[in-house]
Amino acid sequence: MKTAVRNAFLNLLILGALLGFLWWAPANLDNYKLRIINLIAINAILGLSLNLIYGMTGMFSLGHAGFMAVGAYVSSLLILTVEQKNTMWILEPIAPWLLHLQTPFVVSLVLAGLAAALVGWVIAWPVLRLGGDYLGIATLGFAEIIRILIVNLTPYTNGSLGLKGIPAHTDLWMTYGCFVVVLAFMVRLMKSNFGNVLRAVRDDEIAARTMGVDTFKVRVLAFTIGSFGAGMGGALMGNLITTIDPKMFTITQTYSVLMIVVVGGLGSITGTVIGSVLITVMLEWLRFVESPIRMGAFVVPGVPGMRMVLFSVLLIAVIIFRREGIMGTREFSWDWFFPKPAKTTQTKEARE
Amino acid sequence: MMLDIKNLNIWYGGIHAVKGIHMNIEKGEIVTLIGANGAGKSSAIRAIAGLVKGYKGNIVYTRSGEAAVSLSGRPPEEMVKMGIALSPEGRRILPQLTVEENLRLGAYIRHDKAGVAEDIDYVYGLFPRLQERRRQKGGTLSGGEQQMLAVGRALMSRPDLLMLDEPSLGLAPILVSEVFSVIRELNRQGKTILLVEQNAFAALKIASKAYVLEVGSIVIEGTGEELLQDSRVKEAYLGG
Repeated sequence: MKTAVRNAFLNLLILGALLGFLWWAPANLDNYKLRIINLIAINAILGLSLNLIYGMTGMFSLGHAGFMAVGAYVSSLLILTVEQKNTMWILEPIAPWLLHLQTPFVVSLVLAGLAAALVGWVIAWPVLRLGGDYLGIATLGFAEIIRILIVNLTPYTNGSLGLKGIPAHTDLWMTYGCFVVVLAFMVRLMKSNFGNVLRAVRDDEIAARTMGVDTFKVRVLAFTIGSFGAGMGGALMGNLITTIDPKMFTITQTYSVLMIVVVGGLGSITGTVIGSVLITVMLEWLRFVESPIRMGAFVVPGVPGMRMVLFSVLLIAVIIFRREGIMGTREFSWDWFFPKPAKTTQTKEARE
Repeated sequence: MMLDIKNLNIWYGGIHAVKGIHMNIEKGEIVTLIGANGAGKSSAIRAIAGLVKGYKGNIVYTRSGEAAVSLSGRPPEEMVKMGIALSPEGRRILPQLTVEENLRLGAYIRHDKAGVAEDIDYVYGLFPRLQERRRQKGGTLSGGEQQMLAVGRALMSRPDLLMLDEPSLGLAPILVSEVFSVIRELNRQGKTILLVEQNAFAALKIASKAYVLEVGSIVIEGTGEELLQDSRVKEAYLGG
């Protein structure tokens, strides 16, 4: 009980520090840095949702970009003004019912998540009958179908032109607010019995079934919740950039999120958070390899896309040398910083 | 009759693993199914638990006070809800979860928190070793402790029929007798038990009824005592 109080106190302390930082940052950091800090939170949300699907429940899904696209479009369409919608649809007129549909940004975020969850739920029924790599390919296919639908449903999505000038509501408070909510939800979920059910479904399907777990339903549920997170993350990302188009949501996008989860450690919430910081910062930092580099007499010309090559090398290295990622399946715990009186308490318990 | 197995046939591809066996289990009995490796014991018990798809024959289950139902075509999760629990071969403990979390998973279908807590204490009473290791990960337990946990976990759904698939597998003799004395104790408290075993001697000693399976067919049946005296059983399974 004492440690519970201690941990609650320390958690509040961290939350306080985060609040302080969020209050301090906008006035003292430039826009570029702020954008990266925002992206960290968004990538963490995306990573956590993919980790729920892949790391915790063991479903190899490559469909994340598809659900992000659904979320980004739903949210953007709900917050664009009527004038913007009127001027933006050039190829075909916008669907009349959509023209006047508007909600506040926060509502649009929730609806974005729900829409992505609905799509995820519908897709889950056929594809979750598959396992392993087949599931990966099927989800990849569905993500691509979603993208192609967006390109072609011009009255609703403005087709390949995308949506521009989306009213920006995404600031640090918004992204980190969402991040803290998602993080708290995930921590609670994975500590609950349902979290253990997910691990059981991942590790030993037969054991899970003999305990009365309907493994298929549990998978569908986890996939749906994960899709919700992807939709919300996609909406935040679209709103941060204020421009979205179908090309944003290709396999490359899924791949970045996947990298965060794999580098951090499949099945570890802590790992995903660390991974999102690391990958987001490195993706930006590595931009220097895409500009010309002078080394003495040598001039290496900048090659666009070079950082993705480096990243692929990094991912290969992780998979060869540290398969379990930074954290493996371990989680952060305050106990790391305190000497353990665990032995005595354990024997005391046993004696009772 | 609690469980009535009629003409059960199981094929794996072209292999006819179980060839039309008949068995029945009365409430309150310990029934054991013994036989060598590959005789079809596990297939039979897995069929009852719903883990074998597309078997032929009929398995009729009657829960006390309820109408008889056929079990064919039902998934394993439904069996658990109907009061049939299986402690599977190889224990299948979840290595990343603690002892207590494993037990809680066993109570997945239940929603009475107080009752679940009570039953966890009950399992700790049966296996005090588990209580000592309650916060330890399942993967760090010894084979015997894992077996205790597997039995305990199966009990957590409060089954009417408890099925144990090779609980003595890989255990030191002293642990075998510990596990078997708990099985006998559970039976004394009213649980009906179906025990699949290779350790024929230990199983027959506690069984009220026994079946001997050889290459998919039941070759001998009788009470546990009868089979302990049976010359064929002695020769083939009890070492002469």
